[in-house]
Amino acid sequence: MNYWPLLGILLVVAGFALRLNPMLVVTVAALATGLLAGLDPLAVIATFGKAFNDNRIIAIVWIVLPVIGMLERFGLQQRAATLIRSMRKATTGKLLLLYLGYRQLTAAIGLHSTAGQAQTVRPLVAPMALAAAEKEHGELDEETAETVKELAAATDNVGLFFGEDIFFAIGSIVLIQATLATYGIDLAPLQLAVWAIPTAILAFLIHGARLLLLDRRLRRSGK
Amino acid sequence: MITLHWLYLLAGAMFAGFAILSAGDRSNAKRWGNAAFWGLMALSLLGGDLIGDLGNGFLVLGLAALAGFGFVGRGQPATTSEAEREAWSARLGNKLFLPALIIPATALLGTLLYNYSPLGSSGLFEAKRETYVLLGLGVLLAILTIFVWLKPPPLTPLQEGRRLIDSIGWAAVLPQMLAALGVLFAAAGVGDIIGGLTRSVIPEGSLFLTAAVFGIGMALFTMVMGNAFAAFPVMAAAIGVPLLIQDYGGNPAVVGAVGMLAGFCGTLMTPMAANFNLVPAALLELKDQYGVVKAQVATALPLLALNILIIYVAAFR
Repeated sequence: MNYWPLLGILLVVAGFALRLNPMLVVTVAALATGLLAGLDPLAVIATFGKAFNDNRIIAIVWIVLPVIGMLERFGLQQRAATLIRSMRKATTGKLLLLYLGYRQLTAAIGLHSTAGQAQTVRPLVAPMALAAAEKEHGELDEETAETVKELAAATDNVGLFFGEDIFFAIGSIVLIQATLATYGIDLAPLQLAVWAIPTAILAFLIHGARLLLLDRRLRRSGK
Repeated sequence: MITLHWLYLLAGAMFAGFAILSAGDRSNAKRWGNAAFWGLMALSLLGGDLIGDLGNGFLVLGLAALAGFGFVGRGQPATTSEAEREAWSARLGNKLFLPALIIPATALLGTLLYNYSPLGSSGLFEAKRETYVLLGLGVLLAILTIFVWLKPPPLTPLQEGRRLIDSIGWAAVLPQMLAALGVLFAAAGVGDIIGGLTRSVIPEGSLFLTAAVFGIGMALFTMVMGNAFAAFPVMAAAIGVPLLIQDYGGNPAVVGAVGMLAGFCGTLMTPMAANFNLVPAALLELKDQYGVVKAQVATALPLLALNILIIYVAAFR
């Protein structure tokens, strides 16, 4: 077997570890992988270009930026923070826990692209989480503020990943079904989707527990 | 019928606007680099289907060279100060949330309405893409609402959008690059090699270890490829189907569904899943670009272990 194409993976891992510019790392790895697999250079470039073009759907999410930017101009982040400060019982952990549940439930009914890092986390969830943390802790040092923002982003991802598979018409369920069908195993999407539920509950418990622990840490290290 | 293509045109026009405004932004020493970079994105979205595979290939190389050799900087479009924002926020109150909710509400209610009413069979929107189309509609509605209500200067959406896209920079394009890299990995047969290697480490006759290697293999290969979709067919062919389902008689629904979720645990732990893990670091202006990945490891590892346990317990009752 020809193991040379694995060198592309090695390049990616090394490039990311050395914190080289990922755009260059990915391009070099792609070209190297194609060449090592025996494609001629122009064919490699064309394959890379076609794949990029086929994945343009990924770029569509950026159309929300003008709206988010305009609302920021008129103080949306400040408003989100003010609202949280006015709720006496709101804490960072509870707020993110609520968002985790919301994200899982909406993803589970197929509405996974209605929220996201650009749509909801930057304009609303992160400023709210920071405001709640300040209430609990007093002014945040840089490291603590980073932790809160990182967990806000992480919460969106966890909620999305471990909610969306409960929706039976999602790409990953279709892929599992199609892959198994090639081996003569015929499953209905719903049979697969129900098996996403145990993991969804466990994800809520594990990540939720971490969020509540964050509250404790903020209280202890605070004022 | 409104298809994805309309959205490419909308997004392409937006990037073209970013490019033109970048070129005129004298506050940015690298303004021509920014103009070229966002201009290439506009070209890809507007004309990607017209320039051929090789043309797209050189377009991608151009993007990588501009970003990789430091030609892209950060523009400073005029916006409001922190104090002005506090004042606006106090003046407008919670009504400010309404336009922010237009996008998710249009996408959410629109999708439900479209799918559960006769509208769904009208073929108004491209099948399975209705949420994206409605997202675009929501964006336009929100912009319109803000203009009618707050009357900002006409170029505001493009300038404020440019402020954000410049703060994200090349990270906005990286997810698409990684998806393309995945295609090349697949074309080079990386999947078969990895599948073969994984199979060779499985000890004979241990059901638990087989399930464990399947789950860990899904997570690891997902980390390499940046998404579980690429990993699943490989791991299913190497271990899931021949060993867990056929030899040990495991329940295929559990092996398939939970195996995929084990892969999702890998997605949480890799910078290769750039749109989930690196883009938010840029969006939230984190100091550590791997901060989100690091924050997710403590959720992903226990969840991976539990997924393996679910396969072991539930698939072989």
